[in-house]
Amino acid sequence: MTRRITRRLLALAASSLGAGLAVATVAASAGAAGSGGSVSLVAYSTPKPAFTKLITAFTATPAGSGVTFSQSYGPSGTQATAVTQGLPADVVNFSLSPDMQKLVKAGLVSSKWSTGPTKGFVTNSIVSFVVQPGNPKHITSWSDLVKSGVQVITPNPFSSGSAKWNLMAAYGAQLAQGKTKAQAAAYLSALLKHTVAQPSSASSALQTFLSGQGDVLLDYEDDALYAKSKGEPVTVVTPPQTILIQNPIAVTTNASNPSAARAFVAFLLQPAGQKIWGQLGYRPVLPSVAAQFNFPKPKVLFTISSLGGWTKVNKIFFTPGTGVVAKIEQGLGVSTSSG
Amino acid sequence: MAGRVAGPSLAITYLSLLVLLPIAAILSRAFSGGFAAFWQAVSQPEAVAALKLTLACSVAVAVFNSLAGLVIAWVLVRDEFPGKRVLGAVIDLPFALPTVVAGLTLLTLYGPDSPFGVNVAGTRAGIMLALAFVTLPFCVRSVQPVLAELDRETEEAAASLGASPTTVLRRVVLPSIAPGMLAGAGLAFARAIGEFGSVVLISGNLPFKTEVASSWIYSLSQSDDLSAAAAVSVVLIVIALAVLVGIGLLRRRFEIDEAL
Repeated sequence: MTRRITRRLLALAASSLGAGLAVATVAASAGAAGSGGSVSLVAYSTPKPAFTKLITAFTATPAGSGVTFSQSYGPSGTQATAVTQGLPADVVNFSLSPDMQKLVKAGLVSSKWSTGPTKGFVTNSIVSFVVQPGNPKHITSWSDLVKSGVQVITPNPFSSGSAKWNLMAAYGAQLAQGKTKAQAAAYLSALLKHTVAQPSSASSALQTFLSGQGDVLLDYEDDALYAKSKGEPVTVVTPPQTILIQNPIAVTTNASNPSAARAFVAFLLQPAGQKIWGQLGYRPVLPSVAAQFNFPKPKVLFTISSLGGWTKVNKIFFTPGTGVVAKIEQGLGVSTSSG
Repeated sequence: MAGRVAGPSLAITYLSLLVLLPIAAILSRAFSGGFAAFWQAVSQPEAVAALKLTLACSVAVAVFNSLAGLVIAWVLVRDEFPGKRVLGAVIDLPFALPTVVAGLTLLTLYGPDSPFGVNVAGTRAGIMLALAFVTLPFCVRSVQPVLAELDRETEEAAASLGASPTTVLRRVVLPSIAPGMLAGAGLAFARAIGEFGSVVLISGNLPFKTEVASSWIYSLSQSDDLSAAAAVSVVLIVIALAVLVGIGLLRRRFEIDEAL
């Protein structure tokens, strides 16, 4: 009896599996149908709304006519890892260069990706302060963040590329004010002491802040401007000293549709494409287009290369367990749990 | 004859493809740098802090939710009241809700802007709240059918022989439903130690304070340290396995006691 039931169940399972496969095949073939070829875009999370507009604009140009897109968005590091593990990608766009370097190491992106006129970057941004509506705590400078009673939110630097930008902005801002490296590191420690939440990503940090937690959120300027444009009640403050964020883009070496992929990247870097980026809160990398926008100018704007470049910075600050930031977090954790 | 082999072998193949193979892959990844690298990954202070926090919160939630689940199941089975069917359907909703949405909702309701003035954001209580939310269905659903099957005549007989309600509960009801409760607690615990989405928003994710193991593992994967991420995952898997096996043994003891 049991055996007969087993057999029945097996037949049922087999037929449902067959039906499932049939549905999947239909779906796959429907996806493949397209005329001008398909480009798979793999990018970090924040530019998603921008890409929606850019793709529409691109497909309206002669070069983009008939091109279809498959798009994947997620945390920058996750996306880079996914591509090295086999996620198909024609165009990749990350929040910071080390993620691109992962693909260079895996042979998926040419080592010459950063040799173009914009050095491989498609957009710029800066690290900004996002404060509660009307700036009730009067936060205008980095030193305001470590005043007593001020609560800061910044994503966890070990899971979020944006948090690395934030902390290096804080560190570099101290150096720009004439502080020593040791003083700048002490500032990082004070800043993290004032940090009440370290969400896993920039987007969850914004959600946490919008829920009413914290007085200041450290965030990409473009992300803050986009939230504001959607009607979120936030005030964006440009710090006097901050870091220039540079987001890389590249066509992969194993692109299934290299000509369309290249045409798309070229469009993103042309004035028409750059203008759309600018309208969505990104600082254009083309100076001629950037001049058309009225982005606030911080007194001092420094780059990650002025701090030694990402390879060095990652090693010194963000090595789990031994990096400067890892040590600070450890020290803070130990001191609170014992006190 | 063919059926006798085909059934089990197909079931095992399916289970292997879905569960055993991925776990084997995680194991091999965890030990890809040798045992020393594995040990270094799992003994890092931040990993240890995250694992301790996760285990403490998960145990607390599994125990508490088993009791809460029992009460809810009892009400659903034994009491008649308007809206009972609706309540019965609502219990499973935490399963359907994407956990990130759950986390966001909990943060809105029990965060700094809480309409009830309850702010558990960034605390252990917040973590436990999120874990309690996602694990409640296990605790209710594993006891409910057992309660429904329970023979009320035994309770009545015990009562007519002079047993107090407490004695009836302790000597008649609890031994019959204990295996179900244990199973629910085990599932809730296993689910809780791996939970990510609902916890990270409300916990504040502060390293050494409110960072749970799954979040630390996520950080490691983002820092491109997949071997360390796998190593810490292996610790979670081993603990879950030990707890589930232990609970299975306990349940068998109860069933044997029952039979005697």
